[in-house]
Amino acid sequence: MAIEKFNILTSTCVPLPAENVDTDQIIPARFLKATSREGFGENLFRDWRYDKDNTPRKEFVLNSPEYSGKILVAGRNFGSGSSREHAAWAIFDYGFRVVVSSFFADIFKNNAMNNGLLPVQVSANFLKNIFNEIEKDSQAQLEIHLEKQEIRLLSTGEREKFEINAYKKLCFLNGYDDIDFLLSKKEKIIAFEQQRGG
Amino acid sequence: MVDSVQDGPDVLYIDRHYIHEVTSPQAFSGLRKRGISLFRPERTLATADHNIPTQHQELPIREKLSRIQVETLSENCKEFDVELYGLGHPHNGIVHVIGAELGFTQPGMTIVCGDSHTSTHGAFGSIAFGIGTSEVEMVFASQCVLQPKPKKMRINIEGALGKAVTSKDIILYIISQISASGATGYFVEYAGSTIRSLSMEARMTICNMSIEMGARGGLIAPDEITFDYMNGREFAPKDADWDSAVESWKLLQTEPDAVFDKELYYRAEDIHPMITYGTNPGMGTAIDGNIPKLEEIPADEQPSFKKALEYMNFVPGMKLAEHPIDYVFLGSCTNGRIEDIRAFASLVKGKKKAGNVTAWIVPGSKQVEKQAYEEGLAEILEQAGFEFRQPGCSACLAMNEDKIPAGKYSVSTSNRNFEGRQGPGARTLLASPLTAAAAAVTGKITNPADLL
Ligand code: SF4
Repeated sequence: MAIEKFNILTSTCVPLPAENVDTDQIIPARFLKATSREGFGENLFRDWRYDKDNTPRKEFVLNSPEYSGKILVAGRNFGSGSSREHAAWAIFDYGFRVVVSSFFADIFKNNAMNNGLLPVQVSANFLKNIFNEIEKDSQAQLEIHLEKQEIRLLSTGEREKFEINAYKKLCFLNGYDDIDFLLSKKEKIIAFEQQRGG
Repeated sequence: MVDSVQDGPDVLYIDRHYIHEVTSPQAFSGLRKRGISLFRPERTLATADHNIPTQHQELPIREKLSRIQVETLSENCKEFDVELYGLGHPHNGIVHVIGAELGFTQPGMTIVCGDSHTSTHGAFGSIAFGIGTSEVEMVFASQCVLQPKPKKMRINIEGALGKAVTSKDIILYIISQISASGATGYFVEYAGSTIRSLSMEARMTICNMSIEMGARGGLIAPDEITFDYMNGREFAPKDADWDSAVESWKLLQTEPDAVFDKELYYRAEDIHPMITYGTNPGMGTAIDGNIPKLEEIPADEQPSFKKALEYMNFVPGMKLAEHPIDYVFLGSCTNGRIEDIRAFASLVKGKKKAGNVTAWIVPGSKQVEKQAYEEGLAEILEQAGFEFRQPGCSACLAMNEDKIPAGKYSVSTSNRNFEGRQGPGARTLLASPLTAAAAAVTGKITNPADLL
């Protein structure tokens, strides 16, 4: 799908300070036999969110009425493990548009960007400050400014630059994904086919 | 290459796209949502292989989720006009086995599939690599993917192979030398007189496992052996087209002065029948050798080495030969082709399966199955007490019912010995079809050279 155009997002956050959250925790392997890309949000962090008998675990942050928003703030090395794209689908499907962490696993980062989920990598110190602010006030907000490649903590005004590949940035800003990009190249692709002869 | 993006990846045109039931459904629904069709459906070929049973394929699939995945593939192929070689079709089989045997894979082509072992097709001198589901959708929509440029590595092997040493041993040897991540970020070309002497099927085994050392893909320049193999296959060019195709394929050689980012050299005489003892394909040794001692392992790798041996219930420094085993699996896209079944049958002929061993002999495709019957191989296997099954991925990843029970040792011709890969708690020892056959008739780890 064309991803939602993304430039500036201001939102409250959901904090998940755990480090090394791997793809098996994000979406357990037993959900891989599914045939659709939707509905994974329901099973996001399934085994942390629900007991064996499917009662929500009160202590898990996604079940807390206090925290909500489009930004997931996570501990270091988020998304390690297998290459399953289902992990990115689940986070997006749940409603997040940005994940902030001090380090992302490589494949997860790619998968996230392919699916309209923006990974924002910040310094360890900045990450700590975000967690602190959220702890003080669960309604603390972050502003992500993609054009400027800048993330800002509204309560303190503290800001930091983040990196993103120029091509991917373009995709987010214009709201197109790789497929839209490739579809926009149709004429070139057809010309290529003709010139090569079949 | 169609185009390149500033500061970004290249737009790479894809000649052949293979799909199967596990990684395609979400890509099809993506198309549906966009309201578009396949851009070039004739370039895509579908098969059901990962989930399918290897017995009673005429009956409905028992496991519900597997059945739904396979049925969804059929519905999608119908709706989007994709050629499907589904369960029971005479061309059905493991995606990487059928692509080659049908001649759909051809030298010089770009080939992708939502499956990491797509590197198999590099044996034909094609650029073949695995992709994710988003990329499957990209190919559906535009027949292109976006690719960063990989680094290039060449691995040269010279000399004649010893008794009972096969291409599986070559690749297990290479991975044991450079580790399971030793080629990460590279595209690998295999070259040298040893590689040139190999059959196409043997070459496919090598290219297949490129991914197990982290490589994006692996390839071998096409030659007469390639052209002979291709000639007459279902989708291979015919008549005058054939001649001009061969002429153009002959040009697909690496220039003598080509520069690689990394180049490695090995001698065939150093390679013995190999077996793995750990939980990644790099943890392998000559079958008559020992598991390394702890002090031979770099300090930072010792924890994972110990963990792997604990899982396998082995101890550092121990000898592998003579260790009893429980299961033998012959099959997969690595070693499920007719030559592999021939090799296995040649060793077990006139012998009997060991009483303590359960063996699954699973052909890589319907065509392989048929040929094995025609050549009398199935009969040899059955006389020696083996069960010859129907084609599929089977115990390679145990998504169907063929699971190795926890704690059991399995000598397997597949490609991954990860924890739980062949079933929760299963202990996998990767080896060649000859080594698998030797284990199957003796009930323990045995050098096949001793039985030939
Ligand atoms: S045989 Fe194994 S490695 Fe090959 S495609 Fe099937 S599951 Fe993947």
